[in-house]
Amino acid sequence: MNARRLFAIAFKETLQIWRDPRSLAIALLMPAMQMGLLGYGVSLDIKRVPLCVYDQENSQTSRELVQRFVASHWFAAAHVLHDERAVRDATDSGGCIATVTIPVNFSRILATTGAASVQTVFDATDANTTNISMGYAQGVIAQTTNDFAARWAAARGQRAQRVGGIDLEPRVWFNEGLDSRNFIIPGVVAVILGLIGAQLTSLTVSREWERGTMEQLVSTPVTALELMIGKLTPYFLNGLFDAAFCLCAAAFWFRVPFRGSIGTLILTTALFTLVVLGIGYLLSVRIRSQLGASQMAVTLTMMPITLLSGYTFPIDQMPAPIRAVTLLVHARYYVTILRAVFLKGSTIADLATPILALVLYAAVITWIAARSFRKRLD
Amino acid sequence: MTDAIQVVVAQGLTKRFGAFTAVDRLDLSIAKGEVVGFIGPNGAGKSTTIRMLCGLLRPSAGRATVAGFDVGRAPEAVREHIGYMSQKFSLYDDLTVRENLRFFSGLYRVPRREIKARTQVAIAMAGLEGREDALVRTLAGGWKQRLALGCAILHRPPVLFLDEPTSGVEPEARRKFWDLIHRLTGEGVTILVSTHYMEEAEYCNRIALINAGRLVAIGSPGEMRRRELGGSLYELDCSTLGAALVALRQAPGVIDAAIFGDKLHVLLEPTAIAADVPPLLARQGITAGAPRAIVPSLEDVFVQLVSKPHTAPAPA
Repeated sequence: MNARRLFAIAFKETLQIWRDPRSLAIALLMPAMQMGLLGYGVSLDIKRVPLCVYDQENSQTSRELVQRFVASHWFAAAHVLHDERAVRDATDSGGCIATVTIPVNFSRILATTGAASVQTVFDATDANTTNISMGYAQGVIAQTTNDFAARWAAARGQRAQRVGGIDLEPRVWFNEGLDSRNFIIPGVVAVILGLIGAQLTSLTVSREWERGTMEQLVSTPVTALELMIGKLTPYFLNGLFDAAFCLCAAAFWFRVPFRGSIGTLILTTALFTLVVLGIGYLLSVRIRSQLGASQMAVTLTMMPITLLSGYTFPIDQMPAPIRAVTLLVHARYYVTILRAVFLKGSTIADLATPILALVLYAAVITWIAARSFRKRLD
Repeated sequence: MTDAIQVVVAQGLTKRFGAFTAVDRLDLSIAKGEVVGFIGPNGAGKSTTIRMLCGLLRPSAGRATVAGFDVGRAPEAVREHIGYMSQKFSLYDDLTVRENLRFFSGLYRVPRREIKARTQVAIAMAGLEGREDALVRTLAGGWKQRLALGCAILHRPPVLFLDEPTSGVEPEARRKFWDLIHRLTGEGVTILVSTHYMEEAEYCNRIALINAGRLVAIGSPGEMRRRELGGSLYELDCSTLGAALVALRQAPGVIDAAIFGDKLHVLLEPTAIAADVPPLLARQGITAGAPRAIVPSLEDVFVQLVSKPHTAPAPA
C-alpha cells in the first residue's frame, strides 16, 4: 500500500465527481430532496378521516354526538347527508371513509334504556386506515356515552357508575406522543444513505471500464487495494457529509428527539456508509457497465431497504422466512441503531449486536470487493 | 543483433480464448533500443500479444520476459518497467492536461523533485504549452495521442508498448508522433508498436508481421522486400481488374496477383516471362498494357505473405 498512489487516485476521483453534474446532483441534492419527500410524505398516523353523517333524528342529542366526532381531530368536518342512497354514493365515490347513521329514535331509546345503537359504515379498501378509524370511532362513542350517562346520573342526583372494574392507565415510553414521524425519520436517513452511496459507487469502476481508462490504469503498478481505498475515500467523506445533513434535518427540522451520544451516531454511521459503499464498489467491479451496475445497485438496495429494513414495516410482524431474509439487509441494523440512539439514547454497549452485524458486513463486503478486482483483462 | 541485450523475449507465446487461438506459438525477441513494428490485419493477434507482454493477459502457453521479468509470474514487476498505450485513447478526458500528468506521476511514484521537470517535458513533447489547464476532452486527436505517450513515459520506463497509437490521427500528427518515438529510442528505450499504416512500418528497425495469431515474417523493411516475395513483381494496367485477377491467379508461372488501386500487381516465378502476360489476358478478352517491373512495397510483401496459408515463420 502506497500513500502517494492512494492520494493520486482519491484526488482524481474527487475531481471527476466535481466535474460530473449527475454525480454531483446525486451526492449533494438527492439527500435534501429525499429527506423532504420521505420525511413529509411518509406518515403512518391517520388524522382527519373523511366523515359523512346521516342524522335521521336531528335532535339535540344526535347533533351533540356528531359534534363530538368533529371535535376530535381524528375526523374531518362531517359531510351531512339526507338519505340512504347518498350514504352509499359517498362511500362508493371514496368521498368518505366513515359514515355514521343515527336512527330516528336514537335519543328516546338512549334516554329510556341507557343504550342506543348507531350504525357506522367503513370503506375498508385500506384495511389499515379502517382499523384505526374504527378505533377512533369507538373511542368517540364510548366517551360520549360515558358523558351522557354521567350527566343523567347527575340530573337524578346519583354518582356516575363506572363501566367495567379494571382501569388501564397506559404509559408509552421513548415516543411519548406516539408520533410515527419520530420513528420513521431515523429510518429515512438509513434509506437515503443506502440508496445514494451504492448508486454513486456503482459507477466508479464500471465507468473506467467503459471509457477504456481502466486498461491504462491496470497497466500501472497500482494495487487492487490502493484502487479501492483511493476510489472510496471521496465517496466516504461525501457519505458522512450527506449523513450529517440528514441527521441534522431529522433532529432540528423534523424535531425527532435526540437522546443518544453523537459519538455513537458517528461511529455507526461511518460503519454503515462503509457497507453501502462496499456494495456499490463490488457491483461496479463485477459488472463492467455503468448502466448494468447502477440498475443492479438500485434493485439490490431500494427494495430490501424500503421493504425489509423495518423502516416502515415492522420486522417482527413478518413471516419467519422473510424475517430470516431481513438478517441479510444491512439497513435493518442501522435503522435499529438510529431509532435506539435517537429515541432511547442507547449506548454502544446496548447496541452491540447490530453494531457487530455491521462490522461483520463491512468486513465481508470490502474483502470480497478487494478480491474481486483483478488487474487482468481476462 | 544477437549480441545486444534482449529486452523483450517471447517463446511459444500462446493465448486461447475458449476454442479460439488468438496468438499461436509466437516467438519474438527485441533488442535494447530497437523499434519493432507489429503489422497485421485486424484480429491477427497484435493487441493480444501486446497485452500479454504487459502482464494484462495471462498466456495460455509459452512464456515471455520483459526487462528480465516473467510476464506470467511477475506481472507487477513488469508493470514497473513498462509504459503502455492501449488501442483506445485512455486518458481522463474530464481532467485537464496537467491533472492527467499529475495523476500518472502519482501512480508511477515519480520522484517528487522530478515531477515538475518531467511534466514540463511531457507538455512540451505534446506541443501543449499554454494549454496545460485545458480539459483533455477539448483536444484534437494528435495532441491527445502525444499526451498519452507523455503520460506513459513519466516514470522513464525502459520498454514501451504502443498499441496502434496513431490510428485515427491525421498524417501530420502521425509524423510528429514518430519523431517522438525515434527520440525515445535514441535514449535507449525499446519499443514495440503496432500499426496498420504501411508507411509507418518503414520507420521501424524491424517489422513483425502477424496473421491469424501466427508470426508470419520478421525482418528489417529492406530484408522483407528482398527476400519474402520469392519472385519478380510487375505492375499492370488492364481493362477489367476483377476478371484479370481471376485469370492470372490460374495462369501458369503466376505466384500471385492482387489489386493495388486501379492497377494489378502480379508476382511471377523467377523463370516466367512478363511479356507473356498480356497475350494470356487477351485470350480471355481482357486488354492489358505492358507489365512494368517494380520494386515491391512492404504492402506487396504483406499481401503476398498474408495470402499464403500456414506459412512457417521465416527467420530474420
